[in-house]
Amino acid sequence: MNIVEQVWAWLTNPENWQKNFRDPGIPTRIVEHLSYTGLALLFAIVIAVPIGLYIGHTGRGGFLVVGIANSFRALPELGLVILLVLVMGVALALQAVTIALVALAIPPLLAGTYAGIRNVDSDVVDAARGMGMRERDIVWKVELPIALPLMLGGLRAATLQVIATVSIAAYVSLGGLGRYVIDGRAFGGVEGYAIMAGGAVLIAALAITVELVLAGVQRLVVSPGLRTSTVSRRVTRVRIRPVEEPEVATS
Amino acid sequence: MKIRIFAGVATALVAALTMTACGGSSDPLSNTPAQQPTGSGPVGKPDKIVIGSANFPESTLLAEIYAAGLAKKGITVEKKLNIGNRETYMPGMTDGSLDLLPEYTGVLLQYLNKSAPETAPDEVYEALKKTLPASLIVLDKSSAEDKDAIVVTKETADKWSLKSIEDLKAHAGEAIFGGPPEIANRPDGLPGFKKNYGLEFKEFKPLDAGGPLTINALKTNAVQAADVFTTDPAITVNNFVVLEDPKNNFAAQNVVPLINASKASDEVKQVLNAISAKLDTKTLIELNGKLSAPDKPDASKVAADWLASAGIS
Amino acid sequence: MTWVWDHIDELLATSWEHLGLALVPVLVGLLISIPLGWVAHRYRTARAILVPASSLLYTIPSLALFVLMPLVLGTRILDPINVMAALTLYTIALLVRTVADALDAVSRDTVAAATAIGYGPTRRFFAVEFPLSVPVLVAGVRVAAVSNISLVSVGAIIGVGGLGFYLTHGSQLSPPNYAEIIAGIVLIVLLALLVDALLALLGRFITPWTRARAGVHG
Repeated sequence: MNIVEQVWAWLTNPENWQKNFRDPGIPTRIVEHLSYTGLALLFAIVIAVPIGLYIGHTGRGGFLVVGIANSFRALPELGLVILLVLVMGVALALQAVTIALVALAIPPLLAGTYAGIRNVDSDVVDAARGMGMRERDIVWKVELPIALPLMLGGLRAATLQVIATVSIAAYVSLGGLGRYVIDGRAFGGVEGYAIMAGGAVLIAALAITVELVLAGVQRLVVSPGLRTSTVSRRVTRVRIRPVEEPEVATS
Repeated sequence: MKIRIFAGVATALVAALTMTACGGSSDPLSNTPAQQPTGSGPVGKPDKIVIGSANFPESTLLAEIYAAGLAKKGITVEKKLNIGNRETYMPGMTDGSLDLLPEYTGVLLQYLNKSAPETAPDEVYEALKKTLPASLIVLDKSSAEDKDAIVVTKETADKWSLKSIEDLKAHAGEAIFGGPPEIANRPDGLPGFKKNYGLEFKEFKPLDAGGPLTINALKTNAVQAADVFTTDPAITVNNFVVLEDPKNNFAAQNVVPLINASKASDEVKQVLNAISAKLDTKTLIELNGKLSAPDKPDASKVAADWLASAGIS
Repeated sequence: MTWVWDHIDELLATSWEHLGLALVPVLVGLLISIPLGWVAHRYRTARAILVPASSLLYTIPSLALFVLMPLVLGTRILDPINVMAALTLYTIALLVRTVADALDAVSRDTVAAATAIGYGPTRRFFAVEFPLSVPVLVAGVRVAAVSNISLVSVGAIIGVGGLGFYLTHGSQLSPPNYAEIIAGIVLIVLLALLVDALLALLGRFITPWTRARAGVHG
């Protein structure tokens, strides 16, 4: 059996999809992976979106957003995860990794929210003000719906970053699909590599699936009033202005 | 302006190419022509010995000790340390890109013959000598041993009256076991615990190979029992209890130099055998303790200091 | 922290190696992305294939891609080529779209003017369209470079070199060598910021017209 066949055999072996003596099974790992991701994103959204809305609406501190988004891209997630878990201890490994995940998810969410709000036509905001809407209502009822596509773009970038880092977090004892890569590496040999590659395929499949789902949601969420070809051009134009680049690289 | 673009890109290109040239990582498994084993007959002093090590501190330490000893004898030594696990470095030994590395009798035998039944030190050593490929030999084994062991904290040992692994059977169902990921798969790991002692733990937590995660997990009771190596200074520092292994689940693991037969000249053998004779388990624990000291000295320094104090010429 | 000063030579040498692992893929990726991006810009069906394909490729987490490279390339798991090939793919995935968008953004009037003056399509590309897209390209290259520098460290999990070695090596002893781990993290971040700044400067150097315009208006 060549190596590709071995990987395929591992992926299609029903034993690996149930609890066996050395592993709780692939479905459990998938659920773990998604839970760690969801938890971190929840915290990150709660922190990043209000700040992004405020900075975007008032226009103050925009340079801060760009600076943070750009410099956090440089932070090596393996180092962050190792350091936090070693310092906080294995008993708190989940908490430690979540802190790292939130830290990595905030910059793209912040950048996406900020870019989304900035992209709102100032005429629309003026009209809303002219109608007598309060500032708070303008943000939530006018700017936010228009900004939603770009904000979701930020969420997509953040989600990919988190899914990727969760894969790595298996190095410091966490569960999730990364376990197959780390354990396979530890087992060694061809058998070990087949497990690593199987895990890698699952991780890639998970990431792609989540990305497609979010992309679909992003398209659905465009406000009906904006659902014309002008939206895609506007979104593109904001995207290529280097300073306001919300397309933060993921890993 | 086109010239500016060209100049800019050319500079970047030159910079990038320089970086690749300078920083080219040394691949220890690159295709160098295999050494022709000269078989029987005296081996002349080798012009160079390439010493490798696995990717953990004790292996690097032992390799540094070998290197320092050989260098003292005037033999040219090249070090390729921290290569990786056995699957990664063994091909280097067989294809000749590596000449020497420190090994452990039990795991090496297991690697070559998965179903090897021997567990006692001499039997393992003899079986190993017979199982090695033709181009490789092992020299004298040391009394220094570094085995896996099931280790618990003193509190746990007192609470459950634990002295040997057999005593753990009654409590395994409520205990979480921690260790390196491969212990779930290795014959002397979880499968061995079940077969030899009827142990089935509540849960297995994959941590690291006797590293800070495992020690921390044991200390904080995140796991109740763990796989720790017997030469780990953390055992004495933290007052851990090493459970006895009466059924010999863990085979003997004497430190032994694995060397390319064509490089095993008389001088080489003399130095390495002297080192093996002087090394014992207590010394290994001590040296590992020095590596873990707050100032984190280099393995080469700890090795050189020990060699000097051990009086090996 | 004396550990850092004692090992400064080794740290610097590894940093250099790390840069090579990260930036050669950026260069190779850029060279491949420019023609691909042009094709996507010029032909709508190509764009409909290339852009979603790059997006999907970019989605695959780096650890997964590093591990799968030996299957694709037939290399050994430990070979640094795996990391470099994967990073080249990431760079292409990122830059193809950037090139296409950048070429799209060149104003139609400028292109029309160039044609009116008598530039043929090839000359027009090299003399007008491509230079005008350079600022956006540089922004994309900066993102690729910074992200690659960070991603090389993930390769430490499969034993590839670079500064990631200090992250895994420092976490082997008990207690861990925090100086080593932190040194690794700090150097990676510093390298990324440095390369980012240098690329920004390079970008401004090769596009003097952007500076001239700023000078006139500001």
